[in-house]
Amino acid sequence: MIGALAVCAAISILVTIGIVIALLVPSLQFFGEVSPVEFFTSTDWAPLFKPASFGVLPLIVGTLNTTLWACLVCLPLGLATAIYLSEYAHPRARAVIKPVLEVLAGIPTVVLGYFALTFLTPLLRDLGWQVEIFNAFSAGIIIGVLLLPTVASLSEDAMKAVPSALREGSFGLGANRFQVSTRVVVPAAISGIAASFVLAISRAIGETTIVLIAAGQLPQTTMRPGSTVETMTAFIAATGAGDVPVGSISYKTIFAVGLTLFVITFVLNIFAIRMVRRFREVYE
Amino acid sequence: MNGANRTATAAAQRSVRDALTGRQHRSITATVFMVFIMASTAVGLIALAVLLFTVLQDGLPYLDPVLFENGPSMDPNIAGARPAIMASILMAVVLVATALPVAIGTAVYLEEFAPKDRWWIRLIELNIQNLAAIPSIIFGILGLAFLVRGIGLGPVLLAGALILGLQMLPTVIIATREALRAVPDTVRQGGMALGATRLQVVRREVLPAAIPGIATGSILGLSRAIGETAPLLMVGAATFVSFNPGLLTQYTVLPILIYQWIRLPQEAFQGLAAAAIIVLLAILISMNGVAIWMRNRFERKW
Repeated sequence: MIGALAVCAAISILVTIGIVIALLVPSLQFFGEVSPVEFFTSTDWAPLFKPASFGVLPLIVGTLNTTLWACLVCLPLGLATAIYLSEYAHPRARAVIKPVLEVLAGIPTVVLGYFALTFLTPLLRDLGWQVEIFNAFSAGIIIGVLLLPTVASLSEDAMKAVPSALREGSFGLGANRFQVSTRVVVPAAISGIAASFVLAISRAIGETTIVLIAAGQLPQTTMRPGSTVETMTAFIAATGAGDVPVGSISYKTIFAVGLTLFVITFVLNIFAIRMVRRFREVYE
Repeated sequence: MNGANRTATAAAQRSVRDALTGRQHRSITATVFMVFIMASTAVGLIALAVLLFTVLQDGLPYLDPVLFENGPSMDPNIAGARPAIMASILMAVVLVATALPVAIGTAVYLEEFAPKDRWWIRLIELNIQNLAAIPSIIFGILGLAFLVRGIGLGPVLLAGALILGLQMLPTVIIATREALRAVPDTVRQGGMALGATRLQVVRREVLPAAIPGIATGSILGLSRAIGETAPLLMVGAATFVSFNPGLLTQYTVLPILIYQWIRLPQEAFQGLAAAAIIVLLAILISMNGVAIWMRNRFERKW
C-alpha cells in the first residue's frame, strides 16, 4: 500500500523527465539541421515558407512585448492590492474581496482572450488609438488582469508572515500606517514579493490562449504595443494544431521553440522557489 | 550637509510636538497612497464585473435550446455545442478517475510516510513546485510527442484527458498536502497509542478529517483543467465533431469550441462563442460553489 503511494509520488518525476526527453530529442535533431547561431541571432522567422528561415528573435521579442504590458498591470496593481488587503482592509472587506479575486484568477484563458479581442481592442480604437485588430497591448493588459490576483495573493501571504511585533514596534515609535506598510512590512516581505513577481513574469511568458486569440500570429521584431506579433507560445500552439508531417523540419521547430520557452520559465521558476524558501526560513 | 541636518532636526521636532499634543501624524503622501492602493484593488474587481457583463450582453441572445441540442455547423443558426458539452463532462469524469487518485496518493505519501530528510524526497518536492509553474503549452508538447504521435494513441479524448491530468497533479498535490498538514499530530499520536498502525491511522483518522480540504483542492484543479485550451490544441482536439464522444474517439471540448468560434469571421459566431462561454462559466461556478459549500459545511477547527 505504501509502495503504491510511493509510485504515485514517482510519477511527478517521470513527468519532468518525459518533458525533458520530449523537448530535447527533436531539438537536438533540429539543431543538427539548423545552426544554433542562426536560431538565436537571425531576425527572420519563416519556418513554414520556402526558403525557410529560423531566427527565433522575432518570437522572443513578441513574447517580451506582451509580457511587458502584462507586468505593467499585474506587478504594481497586484502589490498595491496585497498591501491594501494585508495592512489596510477591514476583515469584513477582505472576506469579500479575496474570494472575488480568486474568481477572476479562475476565469478560463479562452474567455479572457475573447474579452481582449471583442472588448478591449475595440475600446482602444474607439478612444482613437489605431491599434491592429490583433495587437500585443490588448493581449498583454488582459494577461496582466489574469495574473493580478496571483501577485496579490502571494505577496499578501509574504506580508502576513511578517511578525506583528515589527508593525507594533514601528507604530509605537509614532509611524503612521503608510510608513509602517512601505518602510517596515514591504521591506521585511521583499523576498516573498519578489518571488511573486518572478512567478508572474514566468506565467506571462508562458501564457498561450490569450495571445493566440488577441495578439495574432505575425512574427515581427517590434516592441510597438499596437502591432500584431507572434509569441513563442502562439507559434507552438498554432503549428502544433495544424497538420505538420512528423519528422519534418517544421515539426521539429515546435520542440526547439518549446525548449527555449521551457529553459526560460524553468530558470525563473527555480529562482522564485528559492526566494520563497528564504522568507519562510527567516520568519517560521 | 548643513541643510540636511536642519531638515532632519525640523522633522524630529515636528514628530515630538505631534506626539506630545496627541495629534495624529498624517501626510498628503499617506492619503494619496491609500487612495492608490484602494483604486488598484478596485481595478481587479471592476475588470471582473465588466468581463461578466460583456459576456452576458453578447451571449444571452444566443443562449437557446439549439445550443444544447445541435452539433457544429457552418450555419450559425443551427450550430450547437452538444458534443463539446458532453466531452467536457466526460473529460471531468476521466480526470476524477485517473489524476485525482494519483495526486492524493502522492500527497499522502509525501506528508505521512516519506522520509523527509532524504535528498530524493526534497527533489520530488522541488519538482512538484516547478511543475506547477511550467507553461501549459509545454504539457501539450509532451502529449503530442508521447501520446498522440509516440505511442500512436492519436487525437482522442483519452490522450487529452491524460495530459490535463498530468497538468493538474501539482495543484491537487499541493492543496491535499496543506489539508493533511492541518490535521493536528495529536490525532495521529492518539491513534497509534491505541495500537493502530501508521496506515490504519492515515486511512481511518487523518484522511477523513482532511476530506474538506482535499475536495476543495481537487475541485479547484478540476475546474482549471475543464477551462484549459492550449495543451488540447496540441493533442489534436478537433473542431467539427458532430457525434457524442467516447474515450477513444475524436472530440472537442467547450474551450476549444469557443476558441474556434471566436476565430470565425461571421458576427453571429462571436455571439455563439459568448453563449458557450456562459455555459462554461456556469459549469465552473457551480463546481466552485460545491467546493465553497463543502469547505463551510465540513471544515473542522482543531
